[in-house]
Amino acid sequence: MTIREVAVGAYREALPILAASAAGGLFAGFVLGGMDAELQRIEGLLVLVPALLATRGNVYGSLGARLGSALHQGLIEPRITLGNERLRAAAAAAVASGLLVSTLAAIMAFALLVTLGRSVAPVWMLVGVALISGLIGGGVLVTTVVTVVLVGYRRGLNPDTLAGPVVTTTGDVVGMATLLVAARIVLAAGGG
Amino acid sequence: MSAGTRWSVRGIVRATLPVLVALTALELASGLILGTIQSTLLQYPSLLVLVPVTIGTAGNLGSILAARLSTAFHLGTLQFGRDDTLVGNAVATVGLAATVFPILGAGAWALTAAVGEAGLPVSTVVIVSLASGLLLAGLAITVSIAATYAAYRLGLDPDDVVIPVVTNVCDVLGVLVLFGVVQVIV
Repeated sequence: MTIREVAVGAYREALPILAASAAGGLFAGFVLGGMDAELQRIEGLLVLVPALLATRGNVYGSLGARLGSALHQGLIEPRITLGNERLRAAAAAAVASGLLVSTLAAIMAFALLVTLGRSVAPVWMLVGVALISGLIGGGVLVTTVVTVVLVGYRRGLNPDTLAGPVVTTTGDVVGMATLLVAARIVLAAGGG
Repeated sequence: MSAGTRWSVRGIVRATLPVLVALTALELASGLILGTIQSTLLQYPSLLVLVPVTIGTAGNLGSILAARLSTAFHLGTLQFGRDDTLVGNAVATVGLAATVFPILGAGAWALTAAVGEAGLPVSTVVIVSLASGLLLAGLAITVSIAATYAAYRLGLDPDDVVIPVVTNVCDVLGVLVLFGVVQVIV
Protein backbone atom coordinates (compact mmCIF):
# COMPACT_ATOMS: atom_id res chain seq x y z
CA MET A 1 0.00 0.00 0.00
CA THR A 2 1.17 3.51 -0.76
CA ILE A 3 1.31 6.22 1.89
CA ARG A 4 -1.74 7.85 0.33
CA GLU A 5 -3.83 4.66 0.47
CA VAL A 6 -2.85 4.01 4.08
CA ALA A 7 -3.64 7.60 5.06
CA VAL A 8 -7.03 7.69 3.30
CA GLY A 9 -8.03 4.32 4.77
CA ALA A 10 -7.03 5.27 8.31
CA TYR A 11 -8.78 8.63 8.00
CA ARG A 12 -12.06 7.13 6.78
CA GLU A 13 -12.03 4.44 9.44
CA ALA A 14 -11.37 6.79 12.35
CA LEU A 15 -13.43 9.86 11.43
CA PRO A 16 -16.92 8.59 12.46
CA ILE A 17 -15.68 7.29 15.83
CA LEU A 18 -13.68 10.44 16.48
CA ALA A 19 -16.63 12.66 15.52
CA ALA A 20 -19.08 10.74 17.73
CA SER A 21 -16.74 10.86 20.69
CA ALA A 22 -16.04 14.57 20.02
CA ALA A 23 -19.79 15.27 20.13
CA GLY A 24 -19.92 13.58 23.54
CA GLY A 25 -16.89 15.58 24.66
CA LEU A 26 -18.50 18.82 23.53
CA PHE A 27 -21.56 17.98 25.64
CA ALA A 28 -19.29 17.24 28.61
CA GLY A 29 -17.64 20.62 28.04
CA PHE A 30 -21.03 22.27 27.91
CA VAL A 31 -21.81 20.85 31.36
CA LEU A 32 -18.40 21.97 32.64
CA GLY A 33 -18.97 25.45 31.17
CA GLY A 34 -22.23 25.68 33.11
CA MET A 35 -20.53 24.61 36.34
CA ASP A 36 -18.67 27.88 36.92
CA ALA A 37 -20.56 28.52 40.18
CA GLU A 38 -19.70 25.06 41.57
CA LEU A 39 -16.08 25.33 40.37
CA GLN A 40 -15.68 28.62 42.21
CA ARG A 41 -17.35 27.43 45.39
CA ILE A 42 -15.55 24.08 45.64
CA GLU A 43 -11.99 25.29 45.17
CA GLY A 44 -9.77 22.58 43.72
CA LEU A 45 -12.61 20.81 41.92
CA LEU A 46 -11.25 21.81 38.49
CA VAL A 47 -7.88 20.28 39.43
CA LEU A 48 -9.70 17.02 40.08
CA VAL A 49 -11.75 17.00 36.85
CA PRO A 50 -9.16 15.44 34.47
CA ALA A 51 -8.24 12.74 37.01
CA LEU A 52 -11.87 11.77 37.63
CA LEU A 53 -12.75 11.69 33.93
CA ALA A 54 -9.63 9.68 33.11
CA THR A 55 -10.34 7.22 35.93
CA ARG A 56 -13.74 6.49 34.41
CA GLY A 57 -12.10 5.92 31.04
CA ASN A 58 -9.33 3.73 32.46
CA VAL A 59 -11.46 1.60 34.81
CA TYR A 60 -14.38 0.97 32.49
CA GLY A 61 -12.13 0.78 29.43
CA SER A 62 -10.31 -2.03 31.21
CA LEU A 63 -13.67 -3.68 32.04
CA GLY A 64 -14.63 -3.51 28.37
CA ALA A 65 -11.29 -4.97 27.28
CA ARG A 66 -11.55 -7.74 29.90
CA LEU A 67 -15.08 -8.69 28.81
CA GLY A 68 -14.03 -8.56 25.15
CA SER A 69 -11.13 -10.92 25.69
CA ALA A 70 -13.25 -13.24 27.86
CA LEU A 71 -15.92 -13.45 25.16
CA HIS A 72 -13.28 -14.29 22.55
CA GLN A 73 -11.85 -16.99 24.85
CA GLY A 74 -15.32 -18.33 25.68
CA LEU A 75 -14.81 -17.61 29.40
CA ILE A 76 -18.16 -15.86 29.67
CA GLU A 77 -21.42 -16.37 27.86
CA PRO A 78 -22.79 -13.38 25.97
CA ARG A 79 -25.86 -13.26 28.24
CA ILE A 80 -26.60 -10.65 30.86
CA THR A 81 -27.57 -12.47 34.06
CA LEU A 82 -26.66 -11.86 37.67
CA GLY A 83 -25.94 -15.58 37.96
CA ASN A 84 -22.89 -15.04 35.75
CA GLU A 85 -20.20 -15.13 38.40
CA ARG A 86 -17.28 -13.85 36.31
CA LEU A 87 -19.39 -11.00 34.96
CA ARG A 88 -20.44 -10.07 38.49
CA ALA A 89 -16.85 -10.15 39.77
CA ALA A 90 -15.57 -8.03 36.87
CA ALA A 91 -18.33 -5.44 37.31
CA ALA A 92 -17.91 -5.27 41.10
CA ALA A 93 -14.13 -4.97 40.74
CA ALA A 94 -14.53 -2.10 38.25
CA VAL A 95 -16.85 -0.13 40.55
CA ALA A 96 -14.62 -0.84 43.56
CA SER A 97 -11.41 0.31 41.85
CA GLY A 98 -13.25 3.30 40.42
CA LEU A 99 -14.33 4.41 43.91
CA LEU A 100 -10.94 3.66 45.44
CA VAL A 101 -8.97 5.55 42.80
CA SER A 102 -11.41 8.50 42.73
CA THR A 103 -11.16 8.89 46.51
CA LEU A 104 -7.40 8.66 46.33
CA ALA A 105 -7.37 11.29 43.55
CA ALA A 106 -9.41 13.65 45.73
CA ILE A 107 -7.06 13.21 48.69
CA MET A 108 -3.98 13.59 46.47
CA ALA A 109 -5.40 16.74 44.86
CA PHE A 110 -6.14 18.20 48.30
CA ALA A 111 -2.64 17.40 49.60
CA LEU A 112 -1.04 18.79 46.46
CA LEU A 113 -2.93 22.08 46.63
CA VAL A 114 -2.22 22.49 50.35
CA THR A 115 1.49 21.80 49.74
CA LEU A 116 1.55 24.39 46.95
CA GLY A 117 -0.13 26.89 49.26
CA ARG A 118 -3.16 27.30 47.02
CA SER A 119 -6.63 27.78 48.46
CA VAL A 120 -8.69 24.60 48.47
CA ALA A 121 -12.08 23.42 49.69
CA PRO A 122 -12.25 21.10 52.76
CA VAL A 123 -11.05 17.59 51.91
CA TRP A 124 -14.45 16.01 52.72
CA MET A 125 -16.04 18.08 49.95
CA LEU A 126 -13.59 16.82 47.30
CA VAL A 127 -13.83 13.24 48.56
CA GLY A 128 -17.62 13.57 48.68
CA VAL A 129 -17.80 14.71 45.07
CA ALA A 130 -15.44 11.91 43.99
CA LEU A 131 -17.39 9.22 45.86
CA ILE A 132 -20.89 10.33 44.87
CA SER A 133 -20.00 10.82 41.21
CA GLY A 134 -18.02 7.57 41.22
CA LEU A 135 -20.97 5.63 42.61
CA ILE A 136 -23.68 7.03 40.31
CA GLY A 137 -21.39 7.13 37.28
CA GLY A 138 -20.10 3.63 38.03
CA GLY A 139 -23.61 2.18 38.04
CA VAL A 140 -24.47 3.81 34.73
CA LEU A 141 -21.15 2.90 33.09
CA VAL A 142 -21.14 -0.75 34.20
CA THR A 143 -24.61 -1.16 32.77
CA THR A 144 -23.64 0.57 29.51
CA VAL A 145 -20.35 -1.27 28.99
CA VAL A 146 -21.74 -4.72 29.83
CA THR A 147 -24.82 -4.20 27.65
CA VAL A 148 -22.95 -2.74 24.67
CA VAL A 149 -20.15 -5.32 24.72
CA LEU A 150 -22.39 -8.38 25.20
CA VAL A 151 -25.16 -7.27 22.85
CA GLY A 152 -22.60 -6.08 20.29
CA TYR A 153 -20.84 -9.45 20.46
CA ARG A 154 -24.11 -11.31 19.91
CA ARG A 155 -24.76 -9.14 16.85
CA GLY A 156 -21.36 -10.08 15.44
CA LEU A 157 -19.45 -6.89 16.28
CA ASN A 158 -15.91 -7.07 17.58
CA PRO A 159 -16.02 -6.00 21.26
CA ASP A 160 -12.38 -4.88 21.04
CA THR A 161 -13.12 -2.03 18.65
CA LEU A 162 -16.52 -1.30 20.18
CA ALA A 163 -15.61 -0.93 23.86
CA GLY A 164 -13.02 1.86 23.59
CA PRO A 165 -15.05 4.59 21.88
CA VAL A 166 -18.23 3.69 23.81
CA VAL A 167 -16.38 4.01 27.10
CA THR A 168 -14.62 7.29 26.23
CA THR A 169 -17.83 8.91 25.03
CA THR A 170 -20.24 7.74 27.74
CA GLY A 171 -17.43 8.16 30.29
CA ASP A 172 -17.04 11.86 29.45
CA VAL A 173 -20.76 12.56 29.28
CA VAL A 174 -21.77 10.52 32.34
CA GLY A 175 -18.62 11.56 34.21
CA MET A 176 -19.32 15.28 33.80
CA ALA A 177 -23.06 14.98 34.46
CA THR A 178 -22.52 12.99 37.67
CA LEU A 179 -19.78 15.44 38.71
CA LEU A 180 -22.29 18.29 38.48
CA VAL A 181 -24.91 16.34 40.46
CA ALA A 182 -22.33 15.33 43.07
CA ALA A 183 -21.03 18.91 43.41
CA ARG A 184 -24.58 20.18 43.99
CA ILE A 185 -25.27 17.47 46.60
CA VAL A 186 -22.04 18.24 48.45
CA LEU A 187 -22.69 21.99 48.38
CA ALA A 188 -26.22 21.43 49.68
CA ALA A 189 -24.88 19.16 52.45
CA GLY A 190 -22.26 21.77 53.33
CA GLY A 191 -24.99 24.32 53.83
CA GLY A 192 -23.33 26.54 51.23
CA MET B 1 -2.69 -8.30 32.11
CA SER B 2 -5.57 -10.68 32.80
CA ALA B 3 -6.10 -12.07 36.26
CA GLY B 4 -6.12 -15.57 34.82
CA THR B 5 -9.26 -17.54 34.24
CA ARG B 6 -10.37 -17.38 37.88
CA TRP B 7 -11.81 -13.94 38.36
CA SER B 8 -12.09 -12.51 41.84
CA VAL B 9 -12.91 -8.94 42.76
CA ARG B 10 -9.78 -8.71 44.90
CA GLY B 11 -7.58 -10.16 42.17
CA ILE B 12 -8.78 -7.77 39.51
CA VAL B 13 -8.53 -4.72 41.79
CA ARG B 14 -5.00 -5.73 42.80
CA ALA B 15 -3.91 -6.21 39.22
CA THR B 16 -5.23 -2.88 37.97
CA LEU B 17 -4.72 -0.59 40.98
CA PRO B 18 -1.00 0.30 40.63
CA VAL B 19 -1.42 1.45 37.03
CA LEU B 20 -4.59 3.35 37.88
CA VAL B 21 -2.93 5.21 40.74
CA ALA B 22 0.09 6.12 38.60
CA LEU B 23 -2.16 7.39 35.82
CA THR B 24 -4.20 9.40 38.36
CA ALA B 25 -1.04 11.13 39.58
CA LEU B 26 -0.29 12.01 35.95
CA GLU B 27 -3.81 13.38 35.45
CA LEU B 28 -3.53 15.51 38.59
CA ALA B 29 -0.58 17.24 36.92
CA SER B 30 -2.88 18.33 34.11
CA GLY B 31 -5.49 19.30 36.70
CA LEU B 32 -2.94 21.61 38.33
CA ILE B 33 -2.31 23.32 34.99
CA LEU B 34 -6.07 23.79 34.59
CA GLY B 35 -6.21 25.21 38.11
CA THR B 36 -3.53 27.74 37.13
CA ILE B 37 -5.61 29.12 34.26
CA GLN B 38 -8.94 28.72 36.08
CA SER B 39 -9.63 32.47 36.12
CA THR B 40 -9.07 32.77 32.34
CA LEU B 41 -11.29 29.73 31.74
CA LEU B 42 -14.07 31.12 33.93
CA GLN B 43 -13.78 34.49 32.21
CA TYR B 44 -14.15 32.93 28.74
CA PRO B 45 -16.63 30.02 29.10
CA SER B 46 -16.13 28.90 25.47
CA LEU B 47 -12.57 27.94 26.42
CA LEU B 48 -13.85 26.00 29.45
CA VAL B 49 -16.22 24.09 27.13
CA LEU B 50 -13.20 23.18 24.97
CA VAL B 51 -11.29 21.57 27.86
CA PRO B 52 -12.82 18.05 28.09
CA VAL B 53 -13.20 17.68 24.34
CA THR B 54 -9.62 18.79 23.60
CA ILE B 55 -8.30 16.34 26.20
CA GLY B 56 -10.58 13.56 24.95
CA THR B 57 -9.88 14.06 21.27
CA ALA B 58 -6.13 14.25 21.84
CA GLY B 59 -6.33 10.97 23.77
CA ASN B 60 -8.47 9.40 21.04
CA LEU B 61 -6.11 10.47 18.24
CA GLY B 62 -3.24 8.93 20.17
CA SER B 63 -5.07 5.72 21.06
CA ILE B 64 -6.41 5.15 17.52
CA LEU B 65 -2.93 5.63 16.08
CA ALA B 66 -1.38 3.43 18.77
CA ALA B 67 -3.98 0.68 18.21
CA ARG B 68 -3.30 0.74 14.45
CA LEU B 69 0.46 0.67 14.95
CA SER B 70 0.15 -2.20 17.47
CA THR B 71 -1.95 -4.23 15.04
CA ALA B 72 0.43 -3.52 12.15
CA PHE B 73 3.29 -4.52 14.42
CA HIS B 74 1.58 -7.82 15.33
CA LEU B 75 0.89 -8.50 11.66
CA GLY B 76 4.52 -7.80 10.86
CA THR B 77 3.64 -5.03 8.39
CA LEU B 78 5.34 -2.31 10.40
CA GLN B 79 8.98 -1.30 10.28
CA PHE B 80 10.28 1.58 12.31
CA GLY B 81 11.90 4.19 10.11
CA ARG B 82 10.66 5.45 6.75
CA ASP B 83 7.72 3.09 6.46
CA ASP B 84 4.55 3.61 4.41
CA THR B 85 2.25 2.32 7.17
CA LEU B 86 3.88 4.59 9.71
CA VAL B 87 3.90 7.71 7.52
CA GLY B 88 0.39 7.06 6.16
CA ASN B 89 -1.09 6.74 9.64
CA ALA B 90 0.74 9.85 10.79
CA VAL B 91 -0.64 11.82 7.82
CA ALA B 92 -4.16 10.55 8.61
CA THR B 93 -3.77 11.70 12.24
CA VAL B 94 -2.89 15.24 11.14
CA GLY B 95 -5.80 15.19 8.66
CA LEU B 96 -8.23 14.05 11.37
CA ALA B 97 -7.07 16.80 13.72
CA ALA B 98 -7.38 19.42 10.96
CA THR B 99 -10.96 18.25 10.28
CA VAL B 100 -12.29 17.83 13.80
CA PHE B 101 -10.71 20.65 15.83
CA PRO B 102 -12.04 23.69 13.88
CA ILE B 103 -15.56 22.19 14.13
CA LEU B 104 -15.06 21.69 17.87
CA GLY B 105 -13.98 25.32 18.26
CA ALA B 106 -17.06 26.56 16.40
CA GLY B 107 -19.27 24.12 18.36
CA ALA B 108 -17.87 25.23 21.72
CA TRP B 109 -18.42 28.86 20.78
CA ALA B 110 -21.98 28.23 19.53
CA LEU B 111 -22.96 26.27 22.65
CA THR B 112 -21.65 29.03 24.90
CA ALA B 113 -23.22 31.80 22.82
CA ALA B 114 -26.57 29.98 22.86
CA VAL B 115 -26.86 30.15 26.66
CA GLY B 116 -25.10 33.41 27.41
CA GLU B 117 -22.01 35.43 26.74
CA ALA B 118 -19.27 33.65 24.77
CA GLY B 119 -16.78 36.35 25.75
CA LEU B 120 -14.58 35.79 22.70
CA PRO B 121 -15.13 36.15 18.93
CA VAL B 122 -15.81 32.85 17.14
CA SER B 123 -12.63 33.26 15.06
CA THR B 124 -10.45 33.31 18.20
CA VAL B 125 -12.04 30.14 19.59
CA VAL B 126 -11.68 28.34 16.22
CA ILE B 127 -8.03 29.40 15.96
CA VAL B 128 -7.31 28.29 19.55
CA SER B 129 -8.93 24.93 18.82
CA LEU B 130 -7.21 24.39 15.45
CA ALA B 131 -3.78 25.45 16.71
CA SER B 132 -4.11 23.17 19.76
CA GLY B 133 -5.37 20.32 17.55
CA LEU B 134 -2.47 20.48 15.09
CA LEU B 135 0.12 20.71 17.84
CA LEU B 136 -1.56 17.78 19.62
CA ALA B 137 -1.63 15.69 16.44
CA GLY B 138 2.13 16.15 16.16
CA LEU B 139 2.63 15.22 19.80
CA ALA B 140 0.22 12.24 19.59
CA ILE B 141 2.22 10.89 16.62
CA THR B 142 5.51 11.27 18.50
CA VAL B 143 4.18 9.70 21.71
CA SER B 144 2.42 6.79 19.96
CA ILE B 145 5.42 5.86 17.84
CA ALA B 146 7.79 6.21 20.80
CA ALA B 147 5.56 4.12 23.09
CA THR B 148 4.99 1.39 20.48
CA TYR B 149 8.73 1.28 19.77
CA ALA B 150 9.58 1.19 23.49
CA ALA B 151 7.11 -1.66 24.09
CA TYR B 152 8.65 -3.55 21.16
CA ARG B 153 12.19 -3.04 22.44
CA LEU B 154 11.20 -4.07 25.98
CA GLY B 155 9.49 -7.18 24.69
CA LEU B 156 6.06 -6.10 25.93
CA ASP B 157 2.80 -6.62 24.08
CA PRO B 158 1.99 -3.14 22.75
CA ASP B 159 -1.75 -3.85 23.19
CA ASP B 160 -1.39 -4.05 26.97
CA VAL B 161 0.87 -1.11 27.59
CA VAL B 162 0.76 1.40 24.79
CA ILE B 163 -2.88 2.43 24.74
CA PRO B 164 -3.32 3.38 28.42
CA VAL B 165 0.02 5.19 28.42
CA VAL B 166 -0.65 7.04 25.17
CA THR B 167 -4.22 8.00 26.14
CA ASN B 168 -3.22 9.45 29.49
CA VAL B 169 -0.05 11.15 28.25
CA CYS B 170 -2.11 12.75 25.46
CA ASP B 171 -4.66 13.87 28.10
CA VAL B 172 -1.94 15.73 29.95
CA LEU B 173 -0.44 17.12 26.76
CA GLY B 174 -3.94 18.24 25.73
CA VAL B 175 -4.20 20.49 28.77
CA LEU B 176 -0.58 21.68 28.41
CA VAL B 177 -1.04 22.60 24.76
CA LEU B 178 -4.39 24.31 25.43
CA PHE B 179 -2.70 26.27 28.23
CA GLY B 180 0.15 27.34 25.95
CA VAL B 181 -2.11 28.29 23.04
CA VAL B 182 -4.46 30.25 25.32
CA GLN B 183 -1.49 32.16 26.77
CA VAL B 184 -0.26 33.08 23.27
CA ILE B 185 -3.55 33.84 21.50
CA VAL B 186 -6.07 35.06 24.10
